[in-house]
Amino acid sequence: MEYLLDIFLISISAALINNFVLYYFVGICPFIGVSRRVDMAVGMGGAVTFVMTIAVFISWTITSLVLMPGAPISSWIAGFFMSVDKAAAVDLTILTYIVYIFAIASSVQLVEMYVRKFYPSLYKSFGVFLPLITTNCAILFACLTVMSNVVGVDNAADAWDLGEALALGIFGGVGFTIAIVIMAGIREELDLCDIPEPFKGAAITLIVGGILAMAFMGFTGVDSGLKAALASAP
Amino acid sequence: MANLPTTTERFIQGILPENPVYRQLLGLCPTLAVTNGLQPALTMAAAVGLVLLSANIIVSLIRNLLKPHLRIVVFTLTIATFVTIVDRLLAAYMYPMSKTLGPYIPLIIVNCIIICRCEVCASKQSVVTAAADAVGQALGFGLALCSIAAIRELLGAGMLAGIPVMPSAWPAWVIMVLPPGAFLTFGLLMALVNWVGAARSNNAGKGD
Repeated sequence: MEYLLDIFLISISAALINNFVLYYFVGICPFIGVSRRVDMAVGMGGAVTFVMTIAVFISWTITSLVLMPGAPISSWIAGFFMSVDKAAAVDLTILTYIVYIFAIASSVQLVEMYVRKFYPSLYKSFGVFLPLITTNCAILFACLTVMSNVVGVDNAADAWDLGEALALGIFGGVGFTIAIVIMAGIREELDLCDIPEPFKGAAITLIVGGILAMAFMGFTGVDSGLKAALASAP
Repeated sequence: MANLPTTTERFIQGILPENPVYRQLLGLCPTLAVTNGLQPALTMAAAVGLVLLSANIIVSLIRNLLKPHLRIVVFTLTIATFVTIVDRLLAAYMYPMSKTLGPYIPLIIVNCIIICRCEVCASKQSVVTAAADAVGQALGFGLALCSIAAIRELLGAGMLAGIPVMPSAWPAWVIMVLPPGAFLTFGLLMALVNWVGAARSNNAGKGD
């Protein structure tokens, strides 16, 4: 029960309260570039959610098995070259960024090939966005958040397990989709408006984004309220 | 190669005519995220500038060895290496600042400005030109970041770089240092830049 509550709170927080786009500003480039039509926005959101889930899975696995101090695989390999207590302290976290970006790039490649081969119609709807996702900060940000919750915690019991990491990946992607689809809907309406010349294009998008961010600020504190309500329930 | 801009042109272009933030809309993630004060904005601009300069120099040195289909991977790995170095430097010498910037330092890896400069300039031109281009773009990026950060910090906290400048009666507009303020300030500044640009090109047109 405690665990389910944890997952639930992580999900709500990633999707709404600390929305990736409107709170952390990651994934702004597609938010401004691709949010012109609702169907394209849905395609992009789907692609990001998909890749984010896979990337979070890979990065959680690599971090806890290889990169973090005292990880099983790296200390097992190091055990051949040095004494056991020294091997247990092997710390490869300095390689994190390089490993993550490599994992993201290769998983995007794999997903692209797989989708093109087995789901041609799906590929048509969001395949063109897949290469763009490699340089999407939202994916790397999700991986880094997972890392800071696995490696950076003081108390080993607080470290995230795979379920919590996946919840962040999936619902971070859902939050991204929510933001970009709302934005696309607003922009479709904006096309019919008389916007002052200097504001056309990115400027008005940013201001609309600001108003959206204000709306999403309304969710602040929902998580602690929910936690208190759910914990006190019988 | 004849049509590529020269060293000086590259340097000048980066600062205003092709400003990475206002004109090319690149690197928006740090632009919005770390501009709630001048100090984080300056640190971020310096970090991006350092990575950009090093990556441009390395890519320019190996430009004849690059295979077309592998070049993006090479760029990304070069950038990731330098970002790791910058991250460790910051953590060693400016620990509180590296805590403030948090995940936005590693996110420099996927900052489009750097990949874009490697692709557009460093993989085609000599080391000197690539370095000048990097410095120009970094200055342009820093300028954009500081302009946004100065307005946000001034209105949101009544301070500049941590020093109070507004009268103490100033009711700090807290919204400006929160996420919506970033979008609003940047949107208004972008409209201002567009407006000034349009007015100048109109005047130039009349002058002819």
